[in-house]
Amino acid sequence: MSTLELDRGRPAEAKLRVIDCDIHPAMNAWTEVHPYLAKKWIEHLTIYGSHLRHAFSEALTHPRMSPDAARVDAYPDEGGPPGSSLALMRSQHLDANGVAFGMLIPLRWNPGSQRNLDFGVALTQAMNTWQVERWVKNEPRLRASILIAQEDTVGSVAEIKARASDPNFTQILLLPRTDEPLGRRRYWPIFEAAERNNLPIAVHVGGTNGHPSTGGGWPSYYMEEHHAVAETMQSVLSSLVFEGVFERFPGLRVVIMEGGLGWIPSFSARMDKHWSRLRSEVPHLKRSPSEYIREHVWFTTQPMEEPGRASQLIDLFDRIGWDRLLFSTDYPHWDFDDPRHAFKAPLSEAQRAQLLYGNAQAFYGIG
Amino acid sequence: MVAGRPSADIDHAAIYAGAIDCDLHPALPGMQVLLPYLDDYWREMVSVRALDRLNLTLTSYPQNAPLSCRPDWKPEGTAKPGASLEAMQSHVLDRYQPRFGILNCLYGAQVMHSEDMAAVFCRATNDWIRDEWLSRDPRLRASIVIPAHNTELAVAEIERRADDPRFVQVLMLVSGEVTLGRRQLWPIYQAAERLGLPIGVHAGSAYRYAPTAVGWPSYYVEDYVAQSSAFENQLQSLISEGVFTKFPGLKLVAIESGLTWLSGFIWRADKTWKGVRAEVPWVTRAPSKIIRDHVRFTVQPIDAPDELAALMRLIEHLESDELFLFSTDYPHWQFDGDDALPTGLSETVRRKILCGNALATYPRLAAANSAMEVNA
Amino acid sequence: MARHVVATVDDIAPGQRKLVHVQGRDIGIFNVGGEFFAIANRCPHEGASLCKGRVVGLVESSEPGSYQLSRPGEMVRCPWHGWEFDLRTGKSWCDPLRTKVRAFDLKVEEGAALVEETLLRAETFPVSIERQYVVIEV
Repeated sequence: MSTLELDRGRPAEAKLRVIDCDIHPAMNAWTEVHPYLAKKWIEHLTIYGSHLRHAFSEALTHPRMSPDAARVDAYPDEGGPPGSSLALMRSQHLDANGVAFGMLIPLRWNPGSQRNLDFGVALTQAMNTWQVERWVKNEPRLRASILIAQEDTVGSVAEIKARASDPNFTQILLLPRTDEPLGRRRYWPIFEAAERNNLPIAVHVGGTNGHPSTGGGWPSYYMEEHHAVAETMQSVLSSLVFEGVFERFPGLRVVIMEGGLGWIPSFSARMDKHWSRLRSEVPHLKRSPSEYIREHVWFTTQPMEEPGRASQLIDLFDRIGWDRLLFSTDYPHWDFDDPRHAFKAPLSEAQRAQLLYGNAQAFYGIG
Repeated sequence: MVAGRPSADIDHAAIYAGAIDCDLHPALPGMQVLLPYLDDYWREMVSVRALDRLNLTLTSYPQNAPLSCRPDWKPEGTAKPGASLEAMQSHVLDRYQPRFGILNCLYGAQVMHSEDMAAVFCRATNDWIRDEWLSRDPRLRASIVIPAHNTELAVAEIERRADDPRFVQVLMLVSGEVTLGRRQLWPIYQAAERLGLPIGVHAGSAYRYAPTAVGWPSYYVEDYVAQSSAFENQLQSLISEGVFTKFPGLKLVAIESGLTWLSGFIWRADKTWKGVRAEVPWVTRAPSKIIRDHVRFTVQPIDAPDELAALMRLIEHLESDELFLFSTDYPHWQFDGDDALPTGLSETVRRKILCGNALATYPRLAAANSAMEVNA
Repeated sequence: MARHVVATVDDIAPGQRKLVHVQGRDIGIFNVGGEFFAIANRCPHEGASLCKGRVVGLVESSEPGSYQLSRPGEMVRCPWHGWEFDLRTGKSWCDPLRTKVRAFDLKVEEGAALVEETLLRAETFPVSIERQYVVIEV
């Protein structure tokens, strides 16, 4: 489309009011988290560092096409990586894009995937405190996510308990690439704690579990790896449904983040179709997979699909359910969605307000 | 559940007569049928190691699982579904009267770790298919079963079948030892392209790794559902690695993939490509365009509650009605009665799905078809 | 259409770029090895500022495993999603027909010639005859 078309797509008068369900804050250096770590863990972090199930202790083995996987224009003047400056986050994003509330999703460096479970627990505790002290206390629009060392369910449940009554935290963060699929019973204490404390679970792309990104081996290219996050989320959803997590925890709510949207109707239909043949294998399911998804699962919108025609996008939203969609930008990552231009389809003001604000307002009970 | 009309009053032969059924599964009754095709050493190994007493049921298709065999296609007693040509003729070949049916044999041979063992048993399987199926019913064609994890032996097996025009495709599982686009597999694609054989990628896994990126699911239904995700991953591999750039004459058929995932796939793949193109500069066109030219999809199962709407939506999204190939997936249970294809398609689209698209995809079928028509 | 002086040649070193505002438009002026190009600043995809993107060469390939880099510095990658635009034409690499930004006619002119031109708009630049100027037509 030409620049002129972009102009025409712009809402003329509407003041932008957005709840951004996916913002990534960053540290300038590991030392930022030292104040929240016991001395022994500072030493451990300094000497041994991150210890993950792949070849590099920190770098990704499919390097991204943009440094720090970020927008090139998101580097603070004072130095530090994208996402490390609250001032820049404010001016470039929160203020500029009408963000009324922003959900923090800290990712580096996979605290939930650390092989040393005690270290993982200590790191997630420290990063939870870091979120509040460094970000939420200084910016009332921001909210934090409870990071947990998901392979240590005892440590995870303890951390959830410690943070559950703190209103600065709005959800529990899980990474999809876990040792076993997330629906497996070993993770149920986490869901139990989430349901009991009425906290949603956010599953955001990430994690390293040592399993190849595909059932047929490791991809060579980032182009494949970036695509594979969609299939990864499909597998998470399948596990949560077929293990009966939603049957066992009827109050549980899950938001799948950054997994894309285009696959949702077809995958739901696939689950339904083959469950109908094979339901004797999973008698603990009392309802169809798509019913569970409709009741318990939401999806953030970034990266937004761009089908060939606008009508196809509307059809996609119709089939997913307009109430299921929580707007997100993924600031400051490279595939950032601008709230003004992310939807390549004409939306009514009511639809726009619902997607950009209303659904997340209801989901998080804020604003 | 599949939405089906009561078919009692439909003339089933008329609906599908002349079609090309691109996914039929013959089953080996047991390893004993392969003995005539083995040399002395392997015959002795079978005997000494009791290899023929191994239960080679694939984890991908447990024999008694509902999906593996439609109830009214179940054989008597302990016989395996799909093991009887007579049954296949009665259930689908004589009932629907296709002009051709392509046999995709899923047997344990392909997934044995020992490359030599896999190669020997693949060869024997292809010999058995030739003698017990292809030679007994002139409508039947077959995919060449290969040990994909040793490309030299795989190419040798493809070459061995090259002169038999009844072998029309090379069969691979969607989840093997390496992602399907990897260069180490290219000798297979090179041979296939040269010989005018599409690569048939079929649902199923060698289970060299967890079937999903998130680990090992508990249930078979999860594994089966994950097949569509596997097709997405492997198609992205084939595109990203430049297989269709390197082998511009190659066609790929995704068999038993579920189909409806294709819309979301092309939207995401096209968008990703625009941003990361410089990593894979040999991908000179959008993935959706590459798929339109090179990839085809067998129809069963159609993962949708309304199959007609789903097919029409796919045709609109892909901007092509040439991608879909009729299949029954016999004896797997994907549809009820005679509802192998939803009613309501335009005649043009129906003829393409039933027959025309397969003729355009399989050069050896097209050649045989022309010969038949000349002789008719 | 009018001609506007937007910079002196020395304002923009080779490999650099400058954002200018002309007649209500944001335009990026790029110096590629001494040659100047001007494109509209807004990426047609989601409105990012192209002036903030990396300037790169043209990456092509004759076959998988081979990588050819040509036309150094003549492409700009949008700072967000990395879509590549040809600075000479404004066209995107992946979809040249439908995804493009406007490329403006640009000339380098001697100050001596410019001071004589009556149709010239030079609001921000007092033109002196000793220098060279970047002039675009909008």
